[in-house]
Amino acid sequence: MRRAVQSLLLGLVALLLAACVGAPLRGTGDLGLVIERASGHVTLVNTSSRSAYARIGGLGDLSHASVVYSRDARYAFIFGRDGGLSKVDLLEARMVKRIIQSGNAIGGSISQDGRIVVAQNYTPGGIKAFDADTLELLSEVPAEYAPGRFSKVVGLADVPGNKFAYALFDGGEIWVSDFSDPKRPVTQRYPAGQQPYDGLVTPNGRHYLAGLFGEDGIALLDLWQPELGARKILEKYGRGEEKLPVFKMPHLRGWSVAAGRAWLPAIGRHEVLVADAATWQETGRVAVKGQPVFVMASPDGRQIWVNFAFPDNGWVQVIDTLSGKVVQTLQPGKAVLHMEFTPRGEAVWISARDDNRVLIYDTRSFRQLGSLAADAPSGIFFSSRAARIGF
Amino acid sequence: MLTLLLLGCFALPAAAEPSAARQQELIHLVRQDCGSCHGMTLQGGLGPALLPATLADKPAEGLVATIIGGRPGTPMPPWHRFLAEDEAQWIVAKLMAGFPQ
Repeated sequence: MRRAVQSLLLGLVALLLAACVGAPLRGTGDLGLVIERASGHVTLVNTSSRSAYARIGGLGDLSHASVVYSRDARYAFIFGRDGGLSKVDLLEARMVKRIIQSGNAIGGSISQDGRIVVAQNYTPGGIKAFDADTLELLSEVPAEYAPGRFSKVVGLADVPGNKFAYALFDGGEIWVSDFSDPKRPVTQRYPAGQQPYDGLVTPNGRHYLAGLFGEDGIALLDLWQPELGARKILEKYGRGEEKLPVFKMPHLRGWSVAAGRAWLPAIGRHEVLVADAATWQETGRVAVKGQPVFVMASPDGRQIWVNFAFPDNGWVQVIDTLSGKVVQTLQPGKAVLHMEFTPRGEAVWISARDDNRVLIYDTRSFRQLGSLAADAPSGIFFSSRAARIGF
Repeated sequence: MLTLLLLGCFALPAAAEPSAARQQELIHLVRQDCGSCHGMTLQGGLGPALLPATLADKPAEGLVATIIGGRPGTPMPPWHRFLAEDEAQWIVAKLMAGFPQ
């Protein structure tokens, strides 16, 4: 009993001391956050200690929320479905600023120089640029693809030169807006194909790919030679076969290039498509458990982790990029929505929405290393995204 | 006018209500899985909003048919593998009245 009181006192003294000296200085390289989609919260996490260290609420409708990081990897910009744009400080674990920038948003990106945060919107269709420090509106580009007709914008990615590439779902075009003068963006338009549903830029910032929903194929724009226009790759990959119904749109982001090849979800098929990243010719396909949603390369490019649309969303499969074969099939939990690698890829964090848990796996042994409670977790975003092109 | 009103009321054949447990599953399915395109709050996304005001002028049978059979030319898939017709009717009735949390 006496010992218990003693250790309690010691603990209190330690706490008081810590309070006096203030929080020790630290970097943010091993921090990140988990979106809790149903309750408008984010949980801040540390990937070294594999634990949560704070929780922030009041972020609005976070279904389909996505996050980009400031250049110093201290601030997270969180784009909510309801058009909310919130700036969160990872170090002080608090919301710094929050605005409602549109009626219905789908994500965003940050410029090469870190000064401009751009949101992509469904309603009203278009993109809006904000000052990364103040969240003040700088300019906007309405996605008016024909007189009086506005498109939903998808697949926004930052590309070198303070430009942003994005696709118009209703307009069937890829647009590239140059924000060299942030208040006067200049936009180029490229016909792409039917119903682009998402886009990505390759990790070197050269190629922009827009996945097409309305036809089999992917539109490719070479940003080093944009005057050549967008062309189609992996065209007619379904070869007239009937597509399966798609219960969730796949997501593209710049992780899908690994081992010299691009690994892409097939729409309406239980396949990952593989294309040579130099010639863009199809080199193979990998049969998987369901319709892929995220097809994500590990940072070293050795593995591709895949999760699936409803009703196969309890599975995760791992493809070895050397053999091109599925080497592991996991059942991390109910309704797996997202995966995120630690900066150098020794572990992957997986959200299982309907189990209210985030699971952490070792990427070599596939052993579970730990787990965290979270309320209907969806996206997981680590600060290492701050330094990547296309995020 | 009265006939119209009556038609409005009885346009859907009276269907057996899903069990309480199944109703919870359906609510979860609509909010989470339909929500991936229509938004968890059903205010729309890639798919249109599914709020009482946006559905008010649409015939219920048409909405049920869209859920069961999908809508060609759009991303809306058919849900007949996962939903019986009377369950789709229950969902439409709830959507039109204001969907439960």
